[in-house]
Amino acid sequence: MRDLHKLLILAGLAALFCGVYLFHDLNGSFDYALPRRGIKVFAMVLTGVAIAYATVVFQTITHNRILTPSIMGLDSLYMLLQTVLIFFLGSSHITIINKQVNFIISIAAMVIFALLFYRLLFKKGNQPIYFLLLIGIIFGTFFESVSTFLQVLIDPNEFQVVQDRMFASFNNVSSDLVWTALLVIGVLIAFAWKQNSSLDVLTLGRDTAVNLGVNYDALVKQMLVLSAVLIAIATALVGPITFFGLIVANLSYQFFKSYKHSVLITGAAVISIVALVGGQWVVERVFTFNTTLSVIINFIGGIYFIYLLLKESRSK
Amino acid sequence: MIQVRELTKFYGKKQVVGNVSVNIQRGQITSFIGPNGAGKSTLLSMVSRLLDADTGDVLIDQTNSKKMKSNDFSKRVSILKQSNYMNVRLTIRELVSFGRFPYSKGRLNDEDEKMVDQAIEYMNLKDMEDIYLDELSGGQRQRAFIAMVIAQDTDYVLLDEPLNNLDMKHSVQIMKILRRLVDELGKTVVIVLHDINFASVYSDRIVALKNGLVVKDGTTEEIIQSDSLKEIYDMDIPIQQMNNCRICVYFNS
Repeated sequence: MRDLHKLLILAGLAALFCGVYLFHDLNGSFDYALPRRGIKVFAMVLTGVAIAYATVVFQTITHNRILTPSIMGLDSLYMLLQTVLIFFLGSSHITIINKQVNFIISIAAMVIFALLFYRLLFKKGNQPIYFLLLIGIIFGTFFESVSTFLQVLIDPNEFQVVQDRMFASFNNVSSDLVWTALLVIGVLIAFAWKQNSSLDVLTLGRDTAVNLGVNYDALVKQMLVLSAVLIAIATALVGPITFFGLIVANLSYQFFKSYKHSVLITGAAVISIVALVGGQWVVERVFTFNTTLSVIINFIGGIYFIYLLLKESRSK
Repeated sequence: MIQVRELTKFYGKKQVVGNVSVNIQRGQITSFIGPNGAGKSTLLSMVSRLLDADTGDVLIDQTNSKKMKSNDFSKRVSILKQSNYMNVRLTIRELVSFGRFPYSKGRLNDEDEKMVDQAIEYMNLKDMEDIYLDELSGGQRQRAFIAMVIAQDTDYVLLDEPLNNLDMKHSVQIMKILRRLVDELGKTVVIVLHDINFASVYSDRIVALKNGLVVKDGTTEEIIQSDSLKEIYDMDIPIQQMNNCRICVYFNS
């Protein structure tokens, strides 16, 4: 039951942060500020949960705790898409200005890419998962290079808009999108939750998992698609933020010495809510919007990543 | 009975298992022996569906394994491979509890707990059931994994070189346990072995493979003969009878 206690403490902390974020310095502006802050908190909770879930699941199926789903190139595809749209259609085109349209196009592009990609690979029999990751890296690098190429050629004023999209931001999330995202993420997680015990078995390695009756190949495919869709939604909602998952997943592993995915995923999700809401509050109140949350996340995440690498190399 | 029907496996263009047909009798220990690269482990992996066969079928008590659900199969046949690398820290009891996964899907009921207890008792691990696996010696780890397979409670238990990296004492301990599994609990054990003397002393039947083909298949007495061994290993191996054990003296042949 100690895990449950830890979870409750974290959940309390998350609720506290959300409360502080919502009500601190509100000055009675219930009609104006509160709904706007509410949407932001809502978006952070959704993104946090989606990224946490996708990362923990992805790390389990790849048997690797320093990978994030961004290795599949979805973030890079998102950036490429934004760059291409701005380059060819201009920053005032409806696909850029209208958040809903952009959201739908982005999700469609990422999900279709992921499905095509998996389909192509799985058609040739069951490839080892590292082969898939390598192809993912190649695609990601390719998307990034094309984006960079276009960004060099683009009009400097338009580049400002592109640059804006490079960093995740919760400052102007549209409220309609949040509900759509909630629906999709909710349905996906509700369906996938019952696989948690199978994922526990997957940690024992492929052979043991197959021995214990887990339909390994089907489960891995299902979970790859799941994490791709979750990442696509989170990215389309706030921008590229997948790196964040690496921190929260590993913090969850360290904090909960458990192998149970129900605990690990819930833990990672709550930790990400604490980090995002707390971080955003710091950005707004301490740095007074002089920086963005994703800059802070990448800074802290980068340090933590190096620490993880050093730790892993020492334990070998 | 496990009936292996014309199993074939290619890695690229190289045939590692060629058209192998073998029957594995219930209530016996059957050992797979043969030189390195003979296809023993590959065959065992195909029988236990860790590896898809290119052609051929495996029948478990007359049912084709391809027609069985993965979960049902795991209640009939268990497999223990050599490499058991893990990403998580587990105690012995947690590992053994995983053996009940085909029945409980992670939510252990009273009967599951009882089976886990029995398996741990059976392997003499009761006093260290809360110790983490990475703190154990090789022999203790191997026993913990065998306890998991016992908790899985399958009629057929397949083991791929379970004596690898174990010293004499632990090897004998493991083989005695496998013998007891067959004699006391009525299990059927299939085991890949490198040391032919362990195969000779503990098994009922021996299947010898060479270059992906079955070259010998018979009772232990039939196989542990100098002329049969010559055919399998290309070595002249004298056999000595000692205390009812047939020992192959291969060290200086």
